[in-house]
This record gives sequence, C-alpha cells and structure tokens, in this order.
Amino acid sequence: MSQFSVPWTSRYLPSANVFVRNMLLLSALLAGGLIAGAAITRYYFDGHPLASFLLILGPAVTLAGLLGLAVAVKAWRLIEASLMRFAFFILIGAVVGVSVGVFAGALFFEWIQALITHPANDPTRFAYFGGELMLSEIAQACPNLPRLVHGAVWLFQFPLVRDLVNVGIVFGWINVVPAYMIWWERKIAGRIQSRLGPMRVGRWHGWAQTVADGVKLIFKEDLIPEGADKPLFKVAAYLAFVPVVLAFVALPFGATYVFREMDVALVFILSMMGIEVVGVILAGWASNNKWSVYGAMREACQMVAYEIPMGLALVLPVIAAGSLNLTHIVDSQTGGWFSWMAFRNPFLFAGFVCYYVASLASCKRAPFDLPESESELVAGFHTEYSGFRWCLFFFGEYAAMFVVSALAVILYLGGWHSFIPPSWVSGLGEGVAARAISGLLVSGPLWFIVKCVFLLYVQLWLRWTLPRIRIDQVLYACVQVLLPLTMLLLVGNTLWVWADEAWTSSGWSGLSSMLNWSLGGIGVLFMAGFFAIAVYGFYHRRRLVGTLVIDPLPAA
Amino acid sequence: MLDSGCRVLKGRVILRLLLIASLGFVALPALAQAQAAPRVEPGVVYATPGGWFEAAMFYVFGGLAIASALGVCVSRSVVRMATWLFFALGAVSILYFLLAATFLAAIQLIVYVGGVLILLIFGVMLTSQSAWVRFTPTRTNLAVASLICVGLLICLMSVLAGTDFGPPSATSIGTPVEAIGRRLLTHYLVPFEIAGVLLMIVMVGAAHLARQEKN
Repeated sequence: MSQFSVPWTSRYLPSANVFVRNMLLLSALLAGGLIAGAAITRYYFDGHPLASFLLILGPAVTLAGLLGLAVAVKAWRLIEASLMRFAFFILIGAVVGVSVGVFAGALFFEWIQALITHPANDPTRFAYFGGELMLSEIAQACPNLPRLVHGAVWLFQFPLVRDLVNVGIVFGWINVVPAYMIWWERKIAGRIQSRLGPMRVGRWHGWAQTVADGVKLIFKEDLIPEGADKPLFKVAAYLAFVPVVLAFVALPFGATYVFREMDVALVFILSMMGIEVVGVILAGWASNNKWSVYGAMREACQMVAYEIPMGLALVLPVIAAGSLNLTHIVDSQTGGWFSWMAFRNPFLFAGFVCYYVASLASCKRAPFDLPESESELVAGFHTEYSGFRWCLFFFGEYAAMFVVSALAVILYLGGWHSFIPPSWVSGLGEGVAARAISGLLVSGPLWFIVKCVFLLYVQLWLRWTLPRIRIDQVLYACVQVLLPLTMLLLVGNTLWVWADEAWTSSGWSGLSSMLNWSLGGIGVLFMAGFFAIAVYGFYHRRRLVGTLVIDPLPAA
Repeated sequence: MLDSGCRVLKGRVILRLLLIASLGFVALPALAQAQAAPRVEPGVVYATPGGWFEAAMFYVFGGLAIASALGVCVSRSVVRMATWLFFALGAVSILYFLLAATFLAAIQLIVYVGGVLILLIFGVMLTSQSAWVRFTPTRTNLAVASLICVGLLICLMSVLAGTDFGPPSATSIGTPVEAIGRRLLTHYLVPFEIAGVLLMIVMVGAAHLARQEKN
C-alpha cells in the first residue's frame, strides 16, 4: 500500500518530535516577523502600504507557504486518500476555479484601469514609475475595504506589476499544458491500443505520471557526447523552447485576455514558429550523430516546405476579415456557429483542412513525425539529449501544438466565441452577473481552451491512428498537392470575397448564404457524429477487449 | 563518461532558461508599445518612446547585434557562423521592434531567420563532406571581401553623414500594416512586382537545376 506514496514522507522526514519542534519554530518566526514588520511599518514608515507589503505580507506568505507544505507532506497519507477518491472532482473544480479566478482578475485589472483613467483624477500630478493613483483616492473609491487591500490596489496600478503577474500566468500555462497533454496522450494511446496507459502514479488514472517523469528528468545525468559541438549543443535546447514561449506573448485567449495585443500578431506568431526550427536543426547537427543529423535534415526540408502552404492557408481568413490583428479577426466571427470563418465559403472550408494538415507537419506530429521517427532514427534530433534538456524539446513541441491549434481556432473556428449567437443572451443586461455569464459561457477563454483541446485531441487521435509516411511522400504531399491547392484557394477566396461584397450590396446573397448553411451543416454533422461515437465508446468502454482491466491493479 | 565526472543537473539549466525567457518577456513589452489599441491598457509606461527603458534595450540589443556580427566573422565552423548570424538577425529585428516597426521586424524574422538561415544550414548539411565544415578562406578571397566591405562601409558612412537625425517625436507610433499594404500596391507597385519576378526566376531556375540533376 505504501509503495506509491511519496517516498520521502516515510524515510527521510525527521521524527515526530523534531517535526513538532520545527513547526513551533516556524510559527514563532511567522508571528515574530509579523509583529516586527507591523511595528516597523507603523513607527518608521507611518503605515505606508508598500512598506507593509514588503515587511509583513511577503515574509508572512512565504512562511505560511512553508508551514502548509510541511503539514501537507506530514499529512500526505490523508491527502493522498482524499486525492484518490475525489481526483476527478478536484480536476473539475480546479478548472472552474481557475476560470472564475481569471475572470475576477480581469475585472480587477479593468477596475484599476478605470480608476486610473477616471476623469476626476488629476493627470498632472507627480507620477513615479507610472503610478498615478494616490492612496486617498483608492480609499475614496472603496471605503469599506481594509487598508491593506487599498495597498494591493495601489500596487497593481503599475503596469510592470501587472505584466509580472501576467507573465507568471503565461509561464504557468506553458508548464501545465505539456504536462497534462503528455499524460493525456499516453492515456489516449493506451485506449487506442487496448492498453490502460499510466495507471499508478497519483492513483487516479496515473494523473501524476508527468510530474513524476519531470522530477526524474531533472535529476538525471546531463550528458553531452564526447565529439559534440558543446556550445551549440547547449544553445540548441533553448532555441527550440524559447520561441514557442514568446509566441504566447501575442496569442489572445479572449477579447481582453492577451499579454500584448499586436497589430501583426499573426505574422509574429508565425515567425516564432519558424524560429523554433533553428533549435531543432542545431540540436541534430551539434550532436555529432548521424541519426540526429538525418532527423535535423528531414526537419529542415519539411519545415521549409510546409511553411508555405501553412502561411498561404492562414492568409485566407486574413483576406476575409481584412486584418492581421487576431482580435479583430475573431471579432469578425461573432454570431454563432454559422458565422465562423471555416463555414463562410467553400474556399475557407478547404483552407481550414489544408491548414490543419500543414500545421501537423510544422509541429512534427504524426503522420509527419519523420524528424523523430523512432523506428528508423532512434529518436531523431534529440537522440543524444538527456535530462532537462531533453525535457525542453518536449515542452517546446507540446506548447507548439497548442499554438498551432490556437491559431486554427482563432482564424477559422470563431476564437473564443461559443456556437451560441450572442443575441440569444442579450436580454441579460449589463450587470456583473450578466458579464460573468457572457464572459464565461457565451464567449471567453474557457471556450477558446475547449476548442483548442478538441483540436489537440484530434492531433493525438491522428498520431495513434495513421501510419507514418515516407519523407518523399511528405514532400510530395506538400509541394505537389498542398501548395498548388492553397494557391488556388487563395485566388478563389479573394475572388469570392470580392464577388460576395458585390452580391450583398446588390441585395442578392442567396448562393453565399446557402453555401454558408450547408457548410455549417457539414460541421454540425461532423461534431454530432464525433459525439455519438464518443458516447457509444464511453458507454461500452469496458467491452473494448476482453483483457482490458479498469480497476486498479492488485498489489498496488 | 563516468570517470570524467557525472554531472547531475541542479537547476542550472532551469535557471538559465528562466533568465532567457524572462529577458524576452522584459524586451517584448517594449516592442508592443505602438499598439495603443483601446482594449489593452493605454501604453506601457515603462516603455515609452525615448524613455530609459527603450534606451537600455537599444544598447543591449545593438551590442548583441554587433557582437554576433563579429562572431560571424571570427568563427571558423560554418554552422557556428549560422548560429551567430541567427543572433545578429534576431537582435536587428528586436531593434526594429523598438522602432515600433513591428511588421518589418516580424517579416525579418520569418524571411531571414526562418527562411534564409535555415536554407543556409540546410545547404551546408547537404553539401558537406566532413562532419565539421571548416571555413578556410584564401588570401584572394580575403582581399576581395575586404575591398567590397570597405566600399560598403564608405557608402553607409556617407549616407549616415548626410542623414538629419531629428528629435524623437512622442506621437510617432509606427506604421499600421494596412498603410504598408496600400503603399506597396500603389506607390511602390513596380519595385514590388520586380521583386516578385525575381523570386519567380529564382524558383524556375531552382526547378530547372533540380530537373537536370535527375536526368
């Protein structure tokens, strides 16, 4: 029973007396720090909010976190039992909590912005570090809140502070997405191959498998081959990962949920996805291993070839929307399922399919995973990598998968709008509750993430269903099929947009609306079929193969 | 490997990674200053044009561009040269970002880093005979190259001397993409078309060469 609990809880932790003593010490430190900090801020800084933050809240939060962590490790057995029993509900609760928290944070930032730009404030006042609000004004705006909250509001008026918070959110997201996608991919692979996939770590369907793998990878030996080009070998891992992180700078998750709204966000994200290849190629080259070089060469020719149809397919919705700004493109798709780009006209519908195929190739997913094909090239470009450097390639790959899916969602599938037309809920009014409903349920980051996760699922599904094709077939598919096809689509779409404007202005839009409805109908049929098969599979999940065992294995 | 010392990673890589990525995140707010769209917070105050942040970023990335360009000249391995070139081109594009020319910067990254540089490395990989390609220029090569470089330097210096650097205007927020597109298709249509024809010729030539090799 104890085999799968955290090992250091039983073996390396000091005895109970020492634990109690440490707890007492920590608590005393916490209390002493609080009292000292309060006294110092009271007498030396006259209760200034920044000082109270630095002196009281920082140490208090740190010490309380340490205390909580120590108690959690000590009480691991209890926590483990409850985690196992309620893991699914904890997952759901975490998702809901995170969405509500993000929404509340957005409201909070917006409120601060409104306070700063309020006309009653004197803009000519002395402003340091970009701050323009005085404490007294904040106290006027919210007299019922305690003084410490005023201090927090005061702190968050600085763009640097808000940027740091947002950077933290983005980094957290980039860490969470690959971790859970790898676990999910292994579960899906198991299902498709009539296996169970990870089942043990964390007890509930092996949910902590990737976390455990990550810990293992960090502690592995960091090997660099004898004949490798060492500086390049080290640089390559960063070059493969950092551009994907930077792509998230311009990637909007919702109308206001974007780190920086850019005029040329689409081009910027495409350029970041293009840079990522340099890291992969350098990794293959610097390893001084023929399998790595083969992988890198395949990656190079595949990427150079597939960037062209991918870019051309991305230009189609740009022409239809008339903007490179991703937020504007999504704004032009407001109005439910049938106003999404993919269902506008046949060229855009075909363009979506072309983009999806090209995006699979551009993030090296099957059936285009030639650069790392394990049956021929050991592991391709990352054969010689181990430990955390190896981990970086996988973080980069999974984050890139999210980015290309997000681009598909933004450009073709309505972005963060749900399939419900917003006019259905326009009777709710303007209050916070109505905004919460429309911001969380009708259009918002939650929908965006749901759509991205669906496209990611399709990527995983294809990977474990389709066989890998040969490199000459890969290049044939690009240069002789996709490239001419997307060029034709580009011309056709441009003509269609031009003709559609003329038709609409002359009051005759029968053909375009008929095509719109039929294409949307195809989409509805596809989703209905998908969900019907999914429900059927879930209902018969124990009947897949005779030997498939769902219950936890014995001797666990 | 074992007697040369097992090196277990103790957060070094993570630390460096965080450093690099946070450097990017610190630099990128400066690049997006031009987009004073109504939805986002109006302007990033620590990245105002002409401010200390912009100046610091300019010196950092200008220095990086110069150092990487020197690295291209000094290094002997062709792939290392390409890596230095990567950093030089990236630093130049960040300078474009600082000038609020976001479109130009992104295009620079796509065309030069994502296209030309990869083709360069690809060409080296395809044509190299040994594992590590060394670049050993002859004296004639050096003489011709230095002649061309000196000529280029004189041209650039004369342009630089003739330029009137006015004071930075706080209102210039870069050119929107739409204006660039309109200009390209009206005012600069002929150069645009000539560039297109040139690329077309390159493509036809490449196809011709590939065909000849097959026969």
